[in-house]
Amino acid sequence: MTNLLRYRDDEAHEEPAVTLDSFLGQSNATAVRIESGEDARVLLPYLDRIALVEVSFPKFRDGRGYSTGRILREAGYTGELRAQGDVLVDQIPLMRRCGFDSFAPEAPVDEAVLAASLARYEFHYQAAADPAAPVWKRRHG
Amino acid sequence: MYKYDEYDHSIVAARVEEFRDQVNRRLAGQITEDQFKPLRLMNGLYLQLHAYMLRVAVPYGTLDSRQMHMLAHIARKYDRGYGHFTTRQNLQYNWIKLEDAPDILAELATVEMHAIQTSGNCIRNISSDQFAGAAADELTDPRPWAELLRQWSTFHPEFSYLPRKFKIAVIAAEEDRAAMRLHDIGLQIVERDGKLGVAVYVGGGMGRTPMIAPLIKDYVPFEDFVSYLEACLRVYNRYGRRDNIYKARIKILIHELGAEKYAAEVEEEFKAVKALGIDPPRAEFDRIAAYFAPPAYDAEAPDALDRSDPDFAVWLDQNVSAHKQPGYAVVTISLKPIGGIPGDASADQIDLMADLAKTYSFDELRVTHAQNIVLPHVRKADLYGLWQQLRDAGLAEANLDLISDIIACPGLDYCSLANARSIPLAQKIATRFSDIGRQRELGELKLKISGCINACGHHHAGHIGILGVDRKGVENYQLLLGGSGAEDVSLGTITGPGFSEDGIVDAIEKATDVYLRERDKGERFLDTYRRLGMAPFKEAIYG
Amino acid sequence: MKLLTGNDLASGDVTWWTGTGWSRHVEDAVDVGDQGEAIAHAEEGARRVNGPYVIDATATPEGPRPAHIKDRIRALGPTVRPDLTLKPADPNAGSWVI
Repeated sequence: MTNLLRYRDDEAHEEPAVTLDSFLGQSNATAVRIESGEDARVLLPYLDRIALVEVSFPKFRDGRGYSTGRILREAGYTGELRAQGDVLVDQIPLMRRCGFDSFAPEAPVDEAVLAASLARYEFHYQAAADPAAPVWKRRHG
Repeated sequence: MYKYDEYDHSIVAARVEEFRDQVNRRLAGQITEDQFKPLRLMNGLYLQLHAYMLRVAVPYGTLDSRQMHMLAHIARKYDRGYGHFTTRQNLQYNWIKLEDAPDILAELATVEMHAIQTSGNCIRNISSDQFAGAAADELTDPRPWAELLRQWSTFHPEFSYLPRKFKIAVIAAEEDRAAMRLHDIGLQIVERDGKLGVAVYVGGGMGRTPMIAPLIKDYVPFEDFVSYLEACLRVYNRYGRRDNIYKARIKILIHELGAEKYAAEVEEEFKAVKALGIDPPRAEFDRIAAYFAPPAYDAEAPDALDRSDPDFAVWLDQNVSAHKQPGYAVVTISLKPIGGIPGDASADQIDLMADLAKTYSFDELRVTHAQNIVLPHVRKADLYGLWQQLRDAGLAEANLDLISDIIACPGLDYCSLANARSIPLAQKIATRFSDIGRQRELGELKLKISGCINACGHHHAGHIGILGVDRKGVENYQLLLGGSGAEDVSLGTITGPGFSEDGIVDAIEKATDVYLRERDKGERFLDTYRRLGMAPFKEAIYG
Repeated sequence: MKLLTGNDLASGDVTWWTGTGWSRHVEDAVDVGDQGEAIAHAEEGARRVNGPYVIDATATPEGPRPAHIKDRIRALGPTVRPDLTLKPADPNAGSWVI
């Protein structure tokens, strides 16, 4: 795959992601693709055997995938979580906070802009699916 | 009022630099307008009829004199000498250059202000009761809760690309001065077993499909407050409609699912969310609440008032409200001079109001959803001196909640969405009813004008509402009666065929004549309408 | 006639296509015929205009008059603030809009 940005130490998963329906119908798939609007919670019983979840962002304005990411991470998913589709450079920091650790944007992103964006905010007000301590925790320990 | 600490400062400073970078990339052609638009909107920057418009956030409508002076400074330096206070307690500038916007944000940041999430499909500025902390009838000051929500919602990573915009209001009094149930989420702080929590109303709103928010949960304790709202938003983000912009607000989801089913979905989601430990501790609430401690009132402040100046006495009766502290009063400065532009204030007026707040109101001001300014804590003994200074500056119109205290959106004079002009109509109506004796005879009468179906002028919630439409290229106005945004919330009903600009002023006069003829003792216009129904009004208007 | 209008990208000013460039004054606008979309596309790509669109107008001795009130307000300025319009000294400017 071209233009894949990864924030993980392991090797990129090679097996192509199957649709949610085919994943649920076959016992050995380890990579699954969730379309916008599909319910990520049906994957929860299988999280320990999934290595890659690819979440589709058909349009950058479609924000359902942000919830999908958090739901999977909050349920304990530790495999690769990839945002694929109309993923824009200014959205990647938010997606990182929702637990995404790999990105397959349709259009190439400027890596210098991305690096600056990811480094820009030192603090975050609210807790999310990343390790950042919310500001209230920093204030009160 | 709330003061930034190092974290707040750092976040707002980072935002200024982020937006500067985004603007530079747009001007350099690295991003398209289609990609830039949601980014600029999330920073309150629109492209309107004549220029860019910048909407500056005034969180829950509270600001101090330093901030108010900054708003005047920006009006002079970057705009054309004035600003427009909005129905969401914010301030808009109409003549902003894109290339100046980052510098304006940098200046705002020096006084702890920003334009974060004043537009876009995200959680907007949290609104509240303009009398918060001062009102004689409040259970507690709602602003610490609103500030907690401001922080929770700022750059919320999951809820920055919602199906549509999302507005939250928080109140803590039985009298609803914030149109709470016409918000996507309305919160009323309530007490149970000696502990404060919130009653949660979800799915209200105006626009083309107005709805009153149903109660989703009667009590959520402080400990679960943020988790519960997170669950409310997550259900919306996942299931709200994205196929049709006109059906994308949460009110449509709740209408289609039913309030019970939505509430059940939220409960289910809440179970998952509550386990995450995302609720700020009580200590954080206490830290914020300390900033909203009552000011150092003069316990000896006298209650007596000299009403011998008749003009002052009228203003006193109309624009001054009860304060919880003896010897003090709440003053509303009307931004509705007869024939003026509702909500507009010149830079000089903004500066003057800032100075008066510093002198007379413990350095505090509020913006109201009715587009007026409040000085919340004024010694009664100072009222006459204050009034004289307001009068000399053209800011002492004694018309609060009267027919000339009109809410009007900017309309077709400024707004690219509008179908008809709102401001000239407001000016004509106020001029027709300019006699203050006549206005007071008519009593409380909330008149609200929107220049298009998006209802920024709250026409559905007006005792008398007006909706401007485009009829074959000509401005036309529909009349509505019987709406209310207060605790007796209701949606107005269209009287019938629309009118020309002059025709609708006549129609309003006919409706008020029916009221004067038919009213029972103590009835407001709205009460008489509710008792009699539309028929006699319709007959008078069209007969 | 058809006019091409939009806003200047950097300043936000209302602008009108003159045949060779952009003017703040509708009097300078030219009939773009069926070329409006193509010019708009090229000019937007060159970042000389934001949100361009084609409108109907009529030719008058005083210059082109946009068919819709919205574009006449754009051409002049807010009707409620004559001092902020392009013709602050002309007391009759507003009647051109209505």
